[in-house]
Amino acid sequence: MTRPFTPKIVTANDLRNGRVVYLTSDDRWADEFTEAEILTDEADAEMRLVFALGQSRAVVGPYLADVVRTPEGAAPKHFRETFRATGPSFEGVA
Amino acid sequence: MYVQTEFDRAFLAERNRQFRAQVARRLDGSLTEEEFKPLRLMNGVYLQLHAYMLRVAIPYGTLDSARMEVLAEIAERWDRGFGHFTTRQNIQYNWPALVDIPDMLDRLADAGLHAVQTSGNTIRNVTADHFAGAAADEIADPRPVAELIRQWSTDHPEFQFLPRKFKIAVTGSPIDRAVTKAHDIGLRMLERGGEAGFEVIVGGGLGRTPMIGEVMRDFLPTEDLLPYLESIVSTYNRLGRRNNKYKARIKITVREEGLESFRARVEERFAELRPGFTGADRGILAQIEAMFAPPALRDADTGTYHSLRAENPAFRAFTDVNVAPHKAPGHGILTVSLKAHGAAPGDATADQMHALARIARVHGHDELRISHEQNVILPHVHLSSLPAVWDGLRAAGLATANVGLASDIIACPGMDYCALATARSIPVAREIATALRGVENEVGNLKIKISGCVNACGHHHVGHIGILGLERSGVETYQITLGGDATENAAIGVRAGPGFSAGEIVPAVERLVAAYLELRRDGDETFIETHRRVGMAPLKTALYGTGELRDAA
Repeated sequence: MTRPFTPKIVTANDLRNGRVVYLTSDDRWADEFTEAEILTDEADAEMRLVFALGQSRAVVGPYLADVVRTPEGAAPKHFRETFRATGPSFEGVA
Repeated sequence: MYVQTEFDRAFLAERNRQFRAQVARRLDGSLTEEEFKPLRLMNGVYLQLHAYMLRVAIPYGTLDSARMEVLAEIAERWDRGFGHFTTRQNIQYNWPALVDIPDMLDRLADAGLHAVQTSGNTIRNVTADHFAGAAADEIADPRPVAELIRQWSTDHPEFQFLPRKFKIAVTGSPIDRAVTKAHDIGLRMLERGGEAGFEVIVGGGLGRTPMIGEVMRDFLPTEDLLPYLESIVSTYNRLGRRNNKYKARIKITVREEGLESFRARVEERFAELRPGFTGADRGILAQIEAMFAPPALRDADTGTYHSLRAENPAFRAFTDVNVAPHKAPGHGILTVSLKAHGAAPGDATADQMHALARIARVHGHDELRISHEQNVILPHVHLSSLPAVWDGLRAAGLATANVGLASDIIACPGMDYCALATARSIPVAREIATALRGVENEVGNLKIKISGCVNACGHHHVGHIGILGLERSGVETYQITLGGDATENAAIGVRAGPGFSAGEIVPAVERLVAAYLELRRDGDETFIETHRRVGMAPLKTALYGTGELRDAA
């Protein structure tokens, strides 16, 4: 029996300004996590990552990140990705 | 203060020109990220969680007002209006765009500031006692030697690709405020029979394998300093484990090779190198020393200072806690806390940096220091100026009277910013500072240090209470170590037991502090002294109780 595949997204940082970006289904790099293409098939995920790795003039360090399905839609599985999606957990200097 | 030479200016301009071209080649696709990464790291540019980060060196923590103004301007023009002072006397900007960094570096270079060797496997920013040149307990000012080491190590052709990063700290006082025993090389200035020299400590470091450095030479004459340093780094460069990142620091090399054998190899190399140092280095040191002549301190009446202390309890508390003895009568060393209760440790806004620059210019002989404890120091303040300084600091939100107290916490950026972090640090620091605010004056000296991963940028191993943030089963968990010490009595803290969740860590620290107040002999016995006297057991009980939880440890 194969293990069920954890859904994924492709994320990276914008080359020019460094901000966190997500690969969309129409090959754009979006700022919002909610625009990310959710990849539910392992082979698709690998292909999208290969596509992203070919985008080195647009982004830095693309990788696959796990997501979970919630009633409100997909959400990052790991808290690190939650921070990447939402920014520091406090404001500036406070 | 060190004044840039034409050579320095030309070097920085050329270095920045090269980096500007490297950025352009990365953007147009001529360089891959793999090719570009080591180049950007050599110039202090990291890619962090949310953005790039630019780390700027503040050599041996010394600044004047003009440089502080430029640091503020960088934050305003190219970042989000603030900067983060680090445990290595650097400042980090958390939100620069890569396309802007060449302009930022050029502006920094105008003021003689740079980001060279603030990353990469090179000799990093040389750090020093932040009270240098002012402390009553000092033998000599360590900064001229630190500047000499900066010049020797910058772009040193043999040491651009060391097995791993390399950190050097210098203190001129027997009271160690520079954590010399937790550096790759720690230098402690000494005098023996009228001759100036150094105790040379090698192989200290924190990180995943924390170690206290060992004495390599108990007395090294000043004239032998550079050839001896070169011999140590050269020997390490040959022996260091390039095949394993976790065993590549000199602390591992020294232990694997054995201290005696490593020392013998260094001495052998020293015999080869020493004849090549024919005195140019000493000539340069003499020139640098002249630039660090003490300021012209004044002799003035201190009556206004004493009368304000008598009538204003807030001013009295501020000066009691934040002012340290100066070597000159009528003066004090003022530490400005960047740890307002509930704030992010080490963060300062551009407005605050401007205010500090103004105050230093008017009242502080134009000198500022950044401490490894992430505070700002005005090293030479006449006591009669303190009322005006206090007013200025209050207006800028910088008059928190907590230096050395429980809320004066070292914290790394943690997972709010850092790509390496395994848990958050800053929110934990903010909550602990807020929770202990009511008791911290009663508690007295207590060093709490927090790191968000095993790399230990927050120095947790040498905190009286150390906190290490990790991930366990997908959630943040915090381990407590006790008994660490960052001073001349350096010690690595011992883990108390199982970790605490993010919701449990602050109450756990509160229980530790409450237990200390119960256990201490009297108000003069500090947390670390009580811990040494009573041992771990009662503090463990405070953390874990006496029943099942304790057994689970």
